[in-house]
Amino acid sequence: MTELDRTIDAPVGEVVEASTTELVTQCHELYESPPLGALIKTGGEDTVYGVVAEVATRSLDPSRRPVAMGAGESDVEAIYSRNPQLGRLLSTEFRSVVVGHLADGRLNRYVAPLPPKIHDMVYPCDEGETREFSGSLHFLPLLLSAQVGSPDDVAAAFLRGVSRSHVESRAFLVGAGKELASLLGGDIHRLNGILRRLAHD
Amino acid sequence: MTEPDIFGPPDRLGMVVAGSLTEGVEVRLDGGASIEDVKVGTFVTLQGDRARFFGVVTDVSLRATDQALASMPPDVSDPYIASVVSGTAAYGVIKVEPMLIQDIEGAMPAKTVPSHFATVSPASEEDIALVFGAEDERNFWIGSPLDMETKLCLNIQSLVERSNGVFGKSGTGKTFLTRLLLIGILQSNSAVNLVFDMHGEYGWEGTAEKGRKVKGLKQLFSSKVAVFSLDEESSKRRGLTPDYVVRIGFNEVEPEDIEILSGILDLSSVAADAAYSLERHYGRRKWLGEFLNLEGRESLFDLADAISVNGNALARLHNRLSRLKRFDFMDEKGHSSVDRILEYLDRGMHVVLEFGRYGSNLAAYILVANLLTRRIYARYMERKERASGDPSSEPRPLVITIEEAHKYLTSDIASHTIFGTIAREMRKYNVTLMLVDQRPGDIDEEVMSQLGTRITCLLDSEKDVTSVLAGASGGRKLRSVLSRLESKQQALVFGHAVPMPVVIETRTYGTPESYRELGWKDAADLKSQMEQDAADLFGPG
Repeated sequence: MTELDRTIDAPVGEVVEASTTELVTQCHELYESPPLGALIKTGGEDTVYGVVAEVATRSLDPSRRPVAMGAGESDVEAIYSRNPQLGRLLSTEFRSVVVGHLADGRLNRYVAPLPPKIHDMVYPCDEGETREFSGSLHFLPLLLSAQVGSPDDVAAAFLRGVSRSHVESRAFLVGAGKELASLLGGDIHRLNGILRRLAHD
Repeated sequence: MTEPDIFGPPDRLGMVVAGSLTEGVEVRLDGGASIEDVKVGTFVTLQGDRARFFGVVTDVSLRATDQALASMPPDVSDPYIASVVSGTAAYGVIKVEPMLIQDIEGAMPAKTVPSHFATVSPASEEDIALVFGAEDERNFWIGSPLDMETKLCLNIQSLVERSNGVFGKSGTGKTFLTRLLLIGILQSNSAVNLVFDMHGEYGWEGTAEKGRKVKGLKQLFSSKVAVFSLDEESSKRRGLTPDYVVRIGFNEVEPEDIEILSGILDLSSVAADAAYSLERHYGRRKWLGEFLNLEGRESLFDLADAISVNGNALARLHNRLSRLKRFDFMDEKGHSSVDRILEYLDRGMHVVLEFGRYGSNLAAYILVANLLTRRIYARYMERKERASGDPSSEPRPLVITIEEAHKYLTSDIASHTIFGTIAREMRKYNVTLMLVDQRPGDIDEEVMSQLGTRITCLLDSEKDVTSVLAGASGGRKLRSVLSRLESKQQALVFGHAVPMPVVIETRTYGTPESYRELGWKDAADLKSQMEQDAADLFGPG
């Protein structure tokens, strides 16, 4: 049994939009999204892996925009404790880029043939899983070409986060940087941008 | 769980990405391999789909995946960015000349190139042993490949089969290399050496840098080496009693010996040819003595008329040849120096002829070397023909070492000299040459092309480099290797005695340890050996 098969107890949310390349997850708790670049999984036995690429908190009803309500309050926590309904009116969602899946117990680092179901529970991956998944970085092109706000930030955040799960985190980052360099060899400006983000870890 | 391996195996240099047999293959270096660790001349292996190749790095270059990199370099002041970008966006390419291909029958010259993406790694100790052979009687340890400790061997049998050359500008270690080769030949018993030792470097003590003394052949292998001397006084001053003092009679000099000296003595071809007329006139073995005894311009001009040569040319010849009288080793008697040398050679002794103070006199050196070689060669020819294919009665293979060959093996006279003949005829009569020289560019092209094995230290003249590499497979590409040798203790070896060109760090010579490795026993060793022998014979106590 590998670390990937281990059951994770608490889901962070449920899939509310799914395609083969992207998932949108609504968090069970307001503001309880995994951070940008975190590895998540969903789909039960047909596990699909994604990397958090965008996090957003907004009104559940798109036609009703939140209004400022903190006049006279000292801080934001005070507003939430005075208005407990906010937890029901607002929701935190995150978009993740599909980077791999399990098929017959085998880990493939490319998109799954079918997306997970809507309402499939979404779990954050623990350190062991993250380390195993990042044993090969062949999925990096999926991150770099994702149709999200800032794919370069996602890739950099992912690599930074993952490096902490490796004993030789510096060596991992150098190896990952070299992988990026070979992918972005023709676009030195973009490569430089990502490397600068990684360098300041 | 083990750390993921995203860097590739550690000893891998890179992979083949392009190339051709004529131009060599291009190898893109892996990110983990630093271009600064790969030197021109390094021995590498290329693992193709079906065959394994051995090659030499002939060039290294820097490339970038994006042209913008040159104009907008990344922020390499950050060590992380520097380590990522080097080897990837900015990467190294090495050019490798595939030299050998290994198949079931062994290593053969490469007639194709490894396929795309063949893995390139530095050669291992096993590879070196596989290609160059392990040290044994036939394979002599001459040095080690660049940046390796492995013993790299030269096939002495193949070496002595043809004439060879040791080249390099002065101070690059030619003499050390030659000493090692002579020892290799001596130890393998595959030939006997006759060394015309111009500066007294081989027989008895030689000098290394900073005046340090190093042992000569006689000191290391006294029972196998005889030192002959042309200048007994000088030998004695150096603490050596020569085995034989060589003397040459005027009656032994032949017109051919004068012809080879024409450049040194500044004789026109007419003057040099006059020697033949003199020989016809006075008779063989007498002409020089009689000619030198002539006095006065008139008698010379009378003689010129009598043998119908130009009087001025004859006078010039007389003037120049009179210098020979100043050589103490020459006199009017007949001597048997050639017989003595042959006697020693036939006994399997290696002969080193020291020139003493005549070492700095090129005319003396050439005269003696040429005269003795011609006669020895004539005897070898005679005996070899008499043996008519019966190997047991053939004379022992002989390697004649000569120095400063560029002064008398020039293209205008090489063909007339005995050395030119020996080089051209290869081992037909069991005699080969070892040329030790610093200006190979001036040596006759034909002689150079006949050299079986060339061992060359650093050369910086364009002409010399071209001449040494002429005719070598991949010669053009070896040029960059040759011109970047270090100025000491490094040499490029290629030709008959090695399966492929290789750069070596010459084996150390001159330390007590190195002498012991060459089989020399010092007093303490000998004493303990004697004690051991006595104990073996009579029992302990």
